Amino acid sequence: MTASPISNPSNSAPYIEIDAVSKSYDGGRSVAVSNVSLDVQQGSLVALVGGSGSGKTTLLKTINRLVDPDVGEVRIDGVPVSEAEPPMLRRSIGYVFQGIGLFPHMRVADNIAVTLKLRGWQASEIEARVAEMLDMVDLPQDYASRFPHMLSGGQRQRVGVARAIAARPRIVLMDEPLGALDPVTRDSLGSSYRELHDRFGMTTLMVTHDIQEAALMADRIVVMKNGRVLADDTPHTLMMGSGSDDPDVTALMEVPRRQAERIAALATQNGPARA
Amino acid sequence: MPDAGAELLSSARLDALFDAWRLLPTYLTPHIVLCATALALGLLVSLPLAALAAERPWLRRLVLAIASLIQTIPGLALLALFYPLLLALSTLTARLFGFGIPALGFLPTLIALTLYAMLPILRNSVVGLNGVSPAIVEAAEGVGMTPQQILTRVKAPLATPVIMAGVRTAAVWTIGAATLSTPVGQTSLGNYIFTGLQTENWVSVLFGCIAAAGLALITDFCLGLVETGASERSRKRVVFGVAGLALGTLAGFTPLLSNEAETYVIGAKSFSEQFILANLMGDRLKAEGVGVTRKDGLGSAIAFRALAHNDIDAYVDYSGTLWRNVIGRTDMPSREEMQAEIVRWMKAEQGVTVLGALGFENAYVLAMKRERAQALNVTSIADLARVAPQLTIGDDLEFLGRPEWRSLRNAYGLSFRTRRSFNPTIMYHALEAGEADVISAFSSDGRIAALDLLVLADPKHAIPSYDALILIAPKRAADARLKRALAPLVGSVPVEAMRAANLLVDGDTDKASPEEAARALAKAVHLQSR
Repeated sequence: MTASPISNPSNSAPYIEIDAVSKSYDGGRSVAVSNVSLDVQQGSLVALVGGSGSGKTTLLKTINRLVDPDVGEVRIDGVPVSEAEPPMLRRSIGYVFQGIGLFPHMRVADNIAVTLKLRGWQASEIEARVAEMLDMVDLPQDYASRFPHMLSGGQRQRVGVARAIAARPRIVLMDEPLGALDPVTRDSLGSSYRELHDRFGMTTLMVTHDIQEAALMADRIVVMKNGRVLADDTPHTLMMGSGSDDPDVTALMEVPRRQAERIAALATQNGPARA
Repeated sequence: MPDAGAELLSSARLDALFDAWRLLPTYLTPHIVLCATALALGLLVSLPLAALAAERPWLRRLVLAIASLIQTIPGLALLALFYPLLLALSTLTARLFGFGIPALGFLPTLIALTLYAMLPILRNSVVGLNGVSPAIVEAAEGVGMTPQQILTRVKAPLATPVIMAGVRTAAVWTIGAATLSTPVGQTSLGNYIFTGLQTENWVSVLFGCIAAAGLALITDFCLGLVETGASERSRKRVVFGVAGLALGTLAGFTPLLSNEAETYVIGAKSFSEQFILANLMGDRLKAEGVGVTRKDGLGSAIAFRALAHNDIDAYVDYSGTLWRNVIGRTDMPSREEMQAEIVRWMKAEQGVTVLGALGFENAYVLAMKRERAQALNVTSIADLARVAPQLTIGDDLEFLGRPEWRSLRNAYGLSFRTRRSFNPTIMYHALEAGEADVISAFSSDGRIAALDLLVLADPKHAIPSYDALILIAPKRAADARLKRALAPLVGSVPVEAMRAANLLVDGDTDKASPEEAARALAKAVHLQSR
């Protein structure tokens, strides 16, 4: 699939292999993913970009078996995920949910610790890790005893990220992690996450509809439409317009570039350039 | 009519209030035991069922449909329904395993109340569990919870406030419906209401209602603490609520823990004479130094079956009732022949011992207000047949359904304009008020003399004799102590003494409790027997 060079340092054998996966709903009438293959290298941060109904979320969920494909196979480290019990598999993979997905009846500390408890950690280890995670996502320690409804949207998603990576998973899946947040929070949480990703050497797949976010955070962008992959390359190559001939991809990549030009124009004497 | 305030505070009322207060532990503790067990059982069945049904739409529809159907059955009917069912089951187990399960009292009431409690718990649990947002369920799956863990760690805690609301509804319903358990022989706060209604002791009725309502309110308050404590995550409230419930339940169960000596169970049907006679027999047994419990207010048909199944040890029934309703005979032999045949049949067919006749008869008679009868020129049932098409007959909920009525009707060709049924006590007021022209009365009723009613002659002898007989359960057939205690009553209660005792309870003024009337009767009988 990916012929172009990847800017990621680790260029070893693929870590996650999505192999000719198809998934449809309503007895085949609604196709979500159609014969998609994708290799993800260890340590990379891959963004799945596309409009609603493009199949990006379904594809993401095949990795931790929230969705089982009709056809094809997903392998992690060469082992088919279909051989693992779904709950066990999911405990080893971090997941950041669309709309945050914290448990409203659990305190922040219990939310962060949920996977640790499922994995049978000792109480003292859990306490130490929760404290460490709060520091890591820049939340004060006394937030541990708060309930999610007492937090702002950005704080909640920081807790969501802390929960996903508390057990130090090697793989993290993120479904529109920043979708509901204001631009300032998005930017700061986006760059904090990228830092954590690099620090722990995690492999991340992130679903987003925001090409700008994808371009700024990811090592690699996979553009999807109608269950198929339209383009798959580094942000740089795609921005240069040489990743794909597909008009949809070209139009999509136009957006951040033209926005950047207009923003730049705003900062000069000439005033805004009309689109 | 004296001043209402003075009336309210009359010493008779204060006495009645004191009597009612004295009985509170006796009636309240079994009520608590019953309701607590029914609720616990209801929860035990409903919660797992709801957990299963929440995931399976077909099961959910089925379970909720059945629970709703049960809810449409009136409480009293539901209780009445389980008695014959358990009786049949009891006969079966007796045949198969050599022991019968008790068909009267606690068990049928418990089953009925448990079924009653299930709908609100089931419905709210299913709604609560299904109401958890799919996004949160997916998050639970995503972090690696098993379906079991999703249920216990996410769905159940989030559904708790809704489930608790259902439990509160169930608790209030159960406590209210449990007052209906008196007629199937389960002691409860309903005893105040049923006995009070029968003896026109309104203080007792009111006391029973207030006690049941108070218990319901307190329980609801404690459950409310648990509910809000759970939803606001306040441990203090949950602890207070649970502690309140636990204390109340414990208080209810305490009397069961005390190791009581063997007790005899005396039954009574639902009218004053039966209450008095049950007290009379109970007092004699207590004088022998044995414990006595009572099952008052049993349905007429239930009482005999309860005795035959050893659910009660002794009660008084009437020869005509036994002849027709129990033995199923329609012929009309002489009084002596009938009694001899009853004694033989009871022993041979049911193992029931007829200890003997008390000495008075409580026959069905038709009675009218004297001036009304004179105006219509009626002295016998034969005269009545002539004018009956213009008249209204009032019965005691029972008579018009009995073979005695069919026999009367056929013998004299009776046909009334309308028929109305009353609680036996209220029936007399209906006659006074002109709401009925003729009523089915009892020959031992003190009100016949007190109200100056005319008892219509029965020239064709269409109604059999109704001698009051003491019946003893099969398992007590060889119980010398029971026989020794009750034998002196045989042949020693003349109809005048019984009427006087009945009037003490049923009369409109200076009402006595059945306990007092029984003591007065014992005294009168004692004097006569000396």
